[in-house]
Amino acid sequence: MSSMQKIKRPETADNTLLDDNDRKIIQATQAGLPLVSRPYDAIAQQTGMDTEEVMRRMRNMQSLGIIRRIAAVPNHYSLGFKANGMTVWDVRDDVIDELGPAVGALEFVSHCYQRPRSLPDWPYNLFAMVHAHTREEARSLVAIIEDLLGDANRACDVLYSTRILKKTGMRLLS
Amino acid sequence: MDELDRKIINQLQAGLPLSAQPYAEVATQLGVDEDELITRLQALLDNKVLSRFGPMYDAQKMGGAFSLVAMKVPEDDFDQVAEIVNSYSEVAHNYQRDHAFNLWFVIATETHQQIGEVNRDIQQRTGLKVYDFPKLVEYYVGLQLLL
Repeated sequence: MSSMQKIKRPETADNTLLDDNDRKIIQATQAGLPLVSRPYDAIAQQTGMDTEEVMRRMRNMQSLGIIRRIAAVPNHYSLGFKANGMTVWDVRDDVIDELGPAVGALEFVSHCYQRPRSLPDWPYNLFAMVHAHTREEARSLVAIIEDLLGDANRACDVLYSTRILKKTGMRLLS
Repeated sequence: MDELDRKIINQLQAGLPLSAQPYAEVATQLGVDEDELITRLQALLDNKVLSRFGPMYDAQKMGGAFSLVAMKVPEDDFDQVAEIVNSYSEVAHNYQRDHAFNLWFVIATETHQQIGEVNRDIQQRTGLKVYDFPKLVEYYVGLQLLL
């Protein structure tokens, strides 16, 4: 993929956890794991390492959290989740670290982060993604978050995605 | 999509073991043969039911940087601005949203400094203000959808 070649590797990359062989593995797998019976043999062949080496390095990256997991990422739209809302909240700073994990623990929340406000245009500091089949269903989920936040929530909004303009995932540099 | 596809999607969102023949292991758990699982998985990717299958790398743990960036783009300029933003290989995801802040994208680079560089470049080329919302605290990342 052309986007993989375009990003340059900075001299100053603070990247002591990874060496060139790790990078080769990342480059060989970031578009996906080969769909063959012995996928690590295929990666080994592609990267010029042996299979054991590839698997050892990937296990190491997994234990460091560099690989979150080896898994399928569903396309919400194709699966009928048409109402994908980024809910945003202006939560009191003194309680956000207590409430953030509670919002994240709700089963319909896929991501939950604290981000900076950008005043005056953007007062919101808590972002939680909710996925529902319809906007009506989404509104009922937003109401649950609203209840949970109670008085700590000073304002909120929901931004529904209307179009995926790009979705390539992360690309590592060569 | 049938019951087996649903089972495959649920199972594979949780993760595939890092073993020599991982598809065979998962196929046994699902009660199908390995070829069938691989064929189904390929079809789910081809039909875009799955957007991706493989190792999920955390750019930040690799020493890289991520940010969520938003812009308020006038309706008439939207497609043109979206095209400019998409042209950056550092832009991993880009979504249109139903709001005054109508363009939201994720930038992934190796250093924090590069995020600022890309943002300044986009600001200059579009003449529009770029709002940078880097994550301060991650409270939860799940990504699993039960079907």
